[in-house]
Amino acid sequence: MISVEHLTKCYGDFVAVDDLSFEIDEGHVYGFLGPNGAGKSTTMNIMTGCLSATSGRVLIDGHDIFEEPRPAKKLIGYLPEQPPLYMSETPLEYLRFVGQAKGLRGEELQRQIEEVIDQTKIQDVKGKRISALSKGYRQRVGIAQALLGKPRVIILDEPTVGLDPIQIIEIRELIKELGRSHTVIFSSHILSEVQTICDEIIMIAHGRLVAFDEPGKLEKKLLSPNEINLVTDAGAEQTQSLLSAIEEISSVSTSPMDGGYLRAEIKTGGGDIYAVSRKIFNAFKATDKVLLEMSLKKANLEDLFIELNEGGAGHTLAEGKEEDEK
Amino acid sequence: MIAVLKHELHIYFRSLTAYVFGAFLLAFVGLGSMLYNLQAAVSNFEFVLSFGCLVFVVIVPILTMRVIAEERKLKTDQLLYSLPVSTTEVILGKYLALLAVYLLPLCLISLYPLFFSQFGDVYLPTSYGSIFAFFLLGAALIAVGVFISSLTDNQGFAAGIGIAVILFNYYSVSLSEYVSSSALGSLIALCLIIFALALIIRYVTKSDSVAYAFCIILLAGLAILCWVDTGALEGLLPEIMTKLSLFERFYVFVNGVFDMTGIVYYISVIVFFLFLSVQSLEKRRYN
Repeated sequence: MISVEHLTKCYGDFVAVDDLSFEIDEGHVYGFLGPNGAGKSTTMNIMTGCLSATSGRVLIDGHDIFEEPRPAKKLIGYLPEQPPLYMSETPLEYLRFVGQAKGLRGEELQRQIEEVIDQTKIQDVKGKRISALSKGYRQRVGIAQALLGKPRVIILDEPTVGLDPIQIIEIRELIKELGRSHTVIFSSHILSEVQTICDEIIMIAHGRLVAFDEPGKLEKKLLSPNEINLVTDAGAEQTQSLLSAIEEISSVSTSPMDGGYLRAEIKTGGGDIYAVSRKIFNAFKATDKVLLEMSLKKANLEDLFIELNEGGAGHTLAEGKEEDEK
Repeated sequence: MIAVLKHELHIYFRSLTAYVFGAFLLAFVGLGSMLYNLQAAVSNFEFVLSFGCLVFVVIVPILTMRVIAEERKLKTDQLLYSLPVSTTEVILGKYLALLAVYLLPLCLISLYPLFFSQFGDVYLPTSYGSIFAFFLLGAALIAVGVFISSLTDNQGFAAGIGIAVILFNYYSVSLSEYVSSSALGSLIALCLIIFALALIIRYVTKSDSVAYAFCIILLAGLAILCWVDTGALEGLLPEIMTKLSLFERFYVFVNGVFDMTGIVYYISVIVFFLFLSVQSLEKRRYN
């Protein structure tokens, strides 16, 4: 449906998007995830034809957004980060303008306006001036605008930013609903949001693709537990020496607890985590000290996100994924 | 284009802009016809228009300041970019809406000569010839205003620059009498103009190389001209200032000549500035 090919965008010396490539299929909800300044908005602006790319191209259903903007843009409904609303107009007037600009006329225009007003639930405010609407309603008017002309893809740039919790939930519901009839791409820097709504996550950092997969698989693939926490009554030195004999363990850090107990945080180099815990258990069994508590620490996407955005780590993951695919 | 046109008209007639513009234009022309046609009992309506065209200095920038600057400020330009409408259509739609706002009071004004002809001897061809030229003058100034508005996201700034540019254009003929007509004076002034233009190009395109290339080519041309024929530079600056004056072309019509070159000149100015506006809007996609 949409293919982004080797997209690069430079602002002077600053590279905002760096050789970004991915494919979007029809009928899914895609979450575009990355911290502020990762290049999300830039990428979305290029995908919708609002911005030019330094190199690379974007094809919408085979139409290059810059070579054939008209057919390409008809397939897309876009809500930029700041909803592009004319404050002095009412939602009805505004939607009429956008509808006409999208080539709708007469009854078809009326019908579609009614439809999107229903879909986004702005029936009550359609006659008020947009400047008098709350941020949540403005966001809805913005989404309504994107829905006009029945585009196959809806692109929403941070649609929940700046809303109160109830409005956020409502907008998320709306996105889920839209996902049933459209391909939806929306960006966010909130992980849980993307995790709950999307079928696929596109994660970018520093303008590069870091990961692209289903949320569940992503978690499984990238976040197999590799940390074991334990509490023991052995001393720090003894614990260190016991654990250092196990080759899978890459690092151990210990800290004393109240009552003479010791807490150890163990990092493994990956592999079968249960095999490692079995070895730890056996190592302690051979002494007169015991394991009082042992737990596997499961990382979540949040950790991954932070880790990826701290720098370098990201590239290896994306490269790893590409190798997997090969 | 039609959608943009309708939308703009809707905005103008819902806000005060269209009415303030019309009221000012009518008031000023009305004042002129009272002074010339009624009190001084002159039967030539064209003098009224030549008096009235001063009002453009104020009302054109007020009309055009928001046209693109506001879109940029409110980020609604992103909507225009993402809609299946080309930037040329956006600019044309906006320009035609401005022309409509301008034409409405002008229709009323074009009735004045008919009224006056009921009470005296009015030579209608020159009256309507000048009304036509008056329309073209306004249309050209509006095109300039649209371009200025496309350069910034600050409406006040757009209005200020607009007033300065039109005022300078209005007085450029009178000023040209005071500027040096010597070859050296012209040379220095032309160099300064080239540097100023290069700076504007640098600002618009954000590209040093284009600005330098522009600067070097023009300076080289100037140097060649200077070397080949120094005499040609004599009086060049005042001449250029007169040639560039949009108002000066209009006075030709006021003097009773239906000047085809003037019409072509106005139309070229309109096309040129609308083209620049499209480029200016298009360019924003690249930065």
